[in-house]
Amino acid sequence: MKLAVCVKEVPEASARTRIDPGTLRLDRSGAAALNPFDAHALEEALRIKEGSGEGNVVAIMVAPARAADSLRKALAIGADRAVHVSDDALAGSDLVATARVLAKAVEREGPDLVLLGQQGADSDGAVLWSALADLLRLPVVSQAASVELGDGKVTVKRQTEYGYDVIETPLPAVVAVSDAINEPRYPSLKGIMGAKKKPFETLSAADLGLAADDVGEPGARTEVLALADPPSRGEGLRIEDDGSAAERIVDYLAERKLI
Amino acid sequence: MPGSLVFLEEHEGKFGKGSLGVLAKAAQLGGDVAAFVAGSGVRELAPEAGRFGAAKVYVADDPALAAPLPQPRVDVLAALVRAEGFDTVLFGSSVLSADVAAGLAARLGAGLNWDLVDLEVRDGTLVGKRPALQDSVYIDVGWKGEPRLALVRSGTFEPVESGGEATVEDVAVELEEFSTQAVMLERAHAESEGPSIEEADVIVAGGRGLGEPAKFVLLEELAQALGGAVAATRAVVDAGWYPYATQVGQTGKTVAPKLYVACGISGAIQHKVGMQASGTIVAINKDPNAPIFEYADVSVVGDLHQIVPRLTELVKARG
Ligand SMILES: Cc1cc2nc3c(=O)[nH]c(=O)nc-3n(C[C@H](O)[C@H](O)[C@H](O)COP(=O)(O)OP(=O)(O)OC[C@H]3O[C@@H](n4cnc5c(N)ncnc54)[C@H](O)[C@@H]3O)c2cc1C
Ligand SMILES: Nc1ncnc2c1ncn2[C@@H]1O[C@H](COP(=O)(O)O)[C@@H](O)[C@H]1O
Repeated sequence: MKLAVCVKEVPEASARTRIDPGTLRLDRSGAAALNPFDAHALEEALRIKEGSGEGNVVAIMVAPARAADSLRKALAIGADRAVHVSDDALAGSDLVATARVLAKAVEREGPDLVLLGQQGADSDGAVLWSALADLLRLPVVSQAASVELGDGKVTVKRQTEYGYDVIETPLPAVVAVSDAINEPRYPSLKGIMGAKKKPFETLSAADLGLAADDVGEPGARTEVLALADPPSRGEGLRIEDDGSAAERIVDYLAERKLI
Repeated sequence: MPGSLVFLEEHEGKFGKGSLGVLAKAAQLGGDVAAFVAGSGVRELAPEAGRFGAAKVYVADDPALAAPLPQPRVDVLAALVRAEGFDTVLFGSSVLSADVAAGLAARLGAGLNWDLVDLEVRDGTLVGKRPALQDSVYIDVGWKGEPRLALVRSGTFEPVESGGEATVEDVAVELEEFSTQAVMLERAHAESEGPSIEEADVIVAGGRGLGEPAKFVLLEELAQALGGAVAATRAVVDAGWYPYATQVGQTGKTVAPKLYVACGISGAIQHKVGMQASGTIVAINKDPNAPIFEYADVSVVGDLHQIVPRLTELVKARG
C-alpha cells in the first residue's frame, strides 16, 4: 500500500501572524510549524500502514525552501520519505496553481491513497483536495471522521450539514480527514534522530514538467486587492486565572443581569 | 452579457438556505442571474428559485445525481459554464458546495475565492471581502480572468424573496468515469434524537479541551445551574463524545442564546459561524492565544477543570 500525505507549513499558532501590506501576501517570516490539521492525515496514514503490516508513507509539501524543517518533522513522526517541491517560481500560487503542482508531485508517486488534512490553519481554505482530485482524475471524499480500508476500496464516514454519510470508493482515491479522526502521535527522540537518514527529495517546478504560466503569480487567477481592519468590537474583559476566575465571571454576569 | 450562475444545493426536496441567500445577493447585485440545481427528482423544485431572484434555472435531473456527491456535479457544471459562458459562479459554503467549487476551479483553470462575507461590484468588477487569520484582518479579493468562482461563508446572506418567476431548462448529464467511482452507502438525514439547543437562553458548550467524554458532566452541572442547555464542537461530536444534535457550527446548529459559555473550545471559524450572534460570549481556554479570544466578550485564560466546577458552585449559591 502506497500512501501519500499532503502537508503544508503554517505560521506557529502563538506567532502573531500578519499579511505584509507591501506584498499583500502572508508574512511567513515568523516561527512556523507543520500544519496541525495535517498531523491527523499523517497519523491516519501511519495507522493504515501499521494495521496492514506493510506499505510506505511519503509526505509531500509544496513550500519555500525554509519550510524543509516542517517537512522533516513529518519524517520524525513516521513518514518514510519526503518530497519537497520548492521553487521561487511558485510564489503567489493560488488554489488551482498549488493544486497543479501537488498533482504532478503526487502523480510521480502513484499512491493508492492520498490523504490531506481538513484545512490549513493559515488559509482556512478547506478545499484543496477537491481541486487536486479533479486534476488527478481520482475519486475524492472529504471531512472523513473515520476511514476503513479493505479489498481495494476505502469506506469513509463523514459529517455534513445534515448528519453523517457513509461513502465508499475504490482505490486509488483522495481522502481529506477531519481533525477528530485520531489523536496524532508526537515525534519520539528516536524518530527525530532517524529522520536525518530518511530520503528527502527536493524538486523544482521544472523537475515536475510544470509550465511557468501555470504556476505562481502568472498561474494564479485570484488576487488580494487590499487589506482592511476587521469591524471593531467592544473591548472584551480578559481574565488570567489566579484562582479567582470563577468569582470574576460571576460578578461580570451578575452585573449584566445574565444570572 | 452572460451573467452569473448560482449553485443551489438541494436536500430532501428543499433548497439549502445558504445557497438561496447567495442567489438573493446575486440578484441584488444586478445583471442576469441564473441558478443551477442537480439531483434526482429536482425538476419540480426548480421554479421556486425564481422567487429568490433567478431568471432562469438550469436543471440536471438524473438518478446518477441522487447522492449529494461533488464530482458528477463538477462534470455537469463545467459543461454548462463552458457552453453558456457564465462569467461568475457563486456558491454558499457547505461540505458539498465547497468540494464542487474547488473541483470546478481545477477543471476550468479558474480562480476561486472562499470564505467570503460580502460581495460587491466596484467600478464594474466583482470584489469579495474575506476575513483572514482568524478574522483578525479583512481582505478585498479579486479575480484575474473568467469565470470568477466564489464560496460564501455560511450564514452570510439571508434568502430574500423578490417574487420573480424563472424559466426552467434541462441540461445534459454526461459524467466522467472517475466522477462516478464514489458511492454513498448511507445518506444523512437531520437526526431528531437528542436535546434541542436552539431555544435555550443559555448554552454551555464543550470542546476537545474537556479531555474525555465523561467530563461533559461538568458542563451539564453548570448548564443546570444556569438553566441552560449543553452544546458541543464537531471535534467531540465526530469523536462520539456527544450527540450530533447538540453540535454548534457550520455543519451543526446555529444558535443565538443570551449567554454562551465556551469551555475548551479553540474557536475555529466553522464553530464561530454557529454562535457569533450570541448576546454574551464567555470563553474558558488554557491557551492565551486561542482564536476564540478574538471574539469572546469575556476571555478567561485558565484550566476549565478548575474553573467550571467552582463556577457551578457559585451560581448555585446565588440560587
Ligand atoms: C467543512 C467543515 C465544517 C465544520 N463544521 C464545524 C461545526 O459545525 N462545528 C464545529 O465546532 N466545528 C466545525 N468544524 C471543525 C472546526 O474547524 C474545528 O476543527 C473544531 O471546531 C475544533 O473543535 P474544538 O475547539 O473542540 O477542538 P480544538 O481545536 O482541538 O480545541 C481544543 C481547545 O481546548 C483548549 N484546552 C485544552 N485543555 C484545556 C483545559 N484543561 N482547560 C481549558 N482549555 C483547554 C485548547 O487550548 C484548545 O484551544 C468544521 C470544519 C470543516 C472543515
Ligand atoms: N502547499 C501545500 N503542500 C502540500 N499540501 C498542501 C498544501 N496546501 C494545502 N495542502 C493540503 O491541503 C489541505 C487543505 O489546505 P487548505 O486548502 O489550504 O486549507 C491541508 O490540510 C494539506 O493537507
